[in-house]
Amino acid sequence: MSVLTEAPVDLTPSQSDDRTDSQLLEVSMGPQHPSTHGVFRMDVALDGERVVKLKPVFGYLHRNHEKIAETESYLGCMPYTDRLDYICSITNNWAYALAVEKLAGIQVPERAEYLRVITGELTRLQNHAGLVGFLMQDMGASGTPLMYAFREREKILDLFEALTGARMMCNYMRFGGCRVDAPAGWLQQAQKVIDAFPRFLDEFERLLVSNEILMARTQGVGVVSREQAVNAGISGPMARASGVNYDLRKVDKYGIYDRFSFRVPLGENGDVYDRYMLRVLEMRESVEILKQAMRDVPSGPIMDPNTKTRGFRPKAGEAYGRIEGPKGELGFYLISDGSSNPYRFRVRPPSLINLTLLEDMCLGQNVADIVIILGSVDIVLGEVDR
Amino acid sequence: MIGEGILKGLAETARNFFGSYVNKDRLTTVQFPEERLPQIEATRDFPFLVYDGTDWQQGLRCVSCQICEKECPPKCIYIEKSKDKKPDATGKPQSYPTTFNIDISVCMSCQICVEVCPFDAIKMDVAFELSTDDRFGGLLLNREQLAKSNEYYNKIHPTEAAAVDAAFAEERAKAEAKARQAAEAKAAAAAQTLTPGAGETTRVQ
Ligand code: SF4
Ligand code: SF4
Repeated sequence: MSVLTEAPVDLTPSQSDDRTDSQLLEVSMGPQHPSTHGVFRMDVALDGERVVKLKPVFGYLHRNHEKIAETESYLGCMPYTDRLDYICSITNNWAYALAVEKLAGIQVPERAEYLRVITGELTRLQNHAGLVGFLMQDMGASGTPLMYAFREREKILDLFEALTGARMMCNYMRFGGCRVDAPAGWLQQAQKVIDAFPRFLDEFERLLVSNEILMARTQGVGVVSREQAVNAGISGPMARASGVNYDLRKVDKYGIYDRFSFRVPLGENGDVYDRYMLRVLEMRESVEILKQAMRDVPSGPIMDPNTKTRGFRPKAGEAYGRIEGPKGELGFYLISDGSSNPYRFRVRPPSLINLTLLEDMCLGQNVADIVIILGSVDIVLGEVDR
Repeated sequence: MIGEGILKGLAETARNFFGSYVNKDRLTTVQFPEERLPQIEATRDFPFLVYDGTDWQQGLRCVSCQICEKECPPKCIYIEKSKDKKPDATGKPQSYPTTFNIDISVCMSCQICVEVCPFDAIKMDVAFELSTDDRFGGLLLNREQLAKSNEYYNKIHPTEAAAVDAAFAEERAKAEAKARQAAEAKAAAAAQTLTPGAGETTRVQ
């Protein structure tokens, strides 16, 4: 979609409108500062307060990730995946590692699988905590809920820093395992954070879940029906909020997810409120998974001894590795021609595909609802634009 | 009752506000330049070159094998190899880099150079207050700016550095033992040539 060649929005009001002195107003929302929802613009045509047309414009953060990856070694692609969805670098690493492991038929040792689940679910916790905080911020609850959420998120980021060296650009996984083992005392520290997390969730629920303003703003707003969600290929919490029972942790059971018992929360109405509540409930289930994983984590090696990271050349072939990322189905499609670089490197970004229904969700809503609808989709522009 | 949910929420914020006077957990802000959090051991930001001893030019561990230059994903390392050789950490004569530049405005702190270096010569630093008003020259670090002592490395990453030092010590011990053995063998061989026939009894493995 080209911004330049597309005809401008037609500002003539529809014939059925009996007012003769009115015309549509075109508003360009964004591009915003990266600390909101990223550099993303919406060209909105408004009839009074009502949205009659919405055109998303993105690409401001395009970095040519997929093409760069074709010139990098398989190892060299790993740190670039951190920068896709920069909130959840570890799950990005995981999806890419999974794709390469499928491509080359690599086995991952037990302990590494557990470390992957632990760090992956911690990533989900911090992503969802950040998201519900930002959603409240979008609704006008400036500061307080976001800061409470960030306070918790920071504890998890500290854990990541102690393990991987970086808060957000973790570059943690390798094909055949993980880069480093948990340092002494890390698991105990993680256990503390996990045990304290439900307290934050209780607090957050008391703070907001029964809040009348929140309900008035979110219930019945930005509805996605079950059929729409399935037809648009939406995945993750967005799809589950519309009642689509699709969670790759249950469907694919990648890694060792068949060993944990957890429930998949489902929404009914597919509105912003359901999407918000679903994330709160998912955090509770993640805590359950984490408790089981922390209990069972074995000792042992963390890297497959037969896999070398440097000079890695998988045999020719193709593979698609996918995981249930915090935002939805994150997949990497790789084609290898036997050389040390991928021949083709393609990312299936959940943020971008979940964003495709934005106009359908916003039509007929008020202009102030656009922001919270966008917030409830949970996008990161690093992944949308790549 | 309408408004009940809002009141409940306000009670929660009040609990946090008053709680912040008694509970340290609720008061998480760190007043940054005055107060600082302790450094986490695994922290990394940009790479530096380790040298042993006191003279950075003599002690630089880097042998200029250029593996890191090749593996660095954004290609921000530039190395020129020397023509002559100098003894390295274990005493073997090795090349050294006459130029070693890292453009830290391009570096993405991925640590891959550290992972692939077979000589433990490049490690991750923790210094983060690096802002400069010269965005080209100021962020292109040369050999001298990159060189930091092994003591510094030991200070910022104690566990990791201790393991590296132990490995080096072992290697040096092995090299010494080998050298000693070689010397003994030489001596024995010399003795053999002086007194023919004695070689059968003083064979050295
Ligand atoms: S830092 Fe290490 S990998 Fe890079 S050139 Fe020097 S010895 Fe080789
Ligand atoms: S940390 Fe990564 S980007 Fe920076 S110099 Fe090393 S390999 Fe290159």
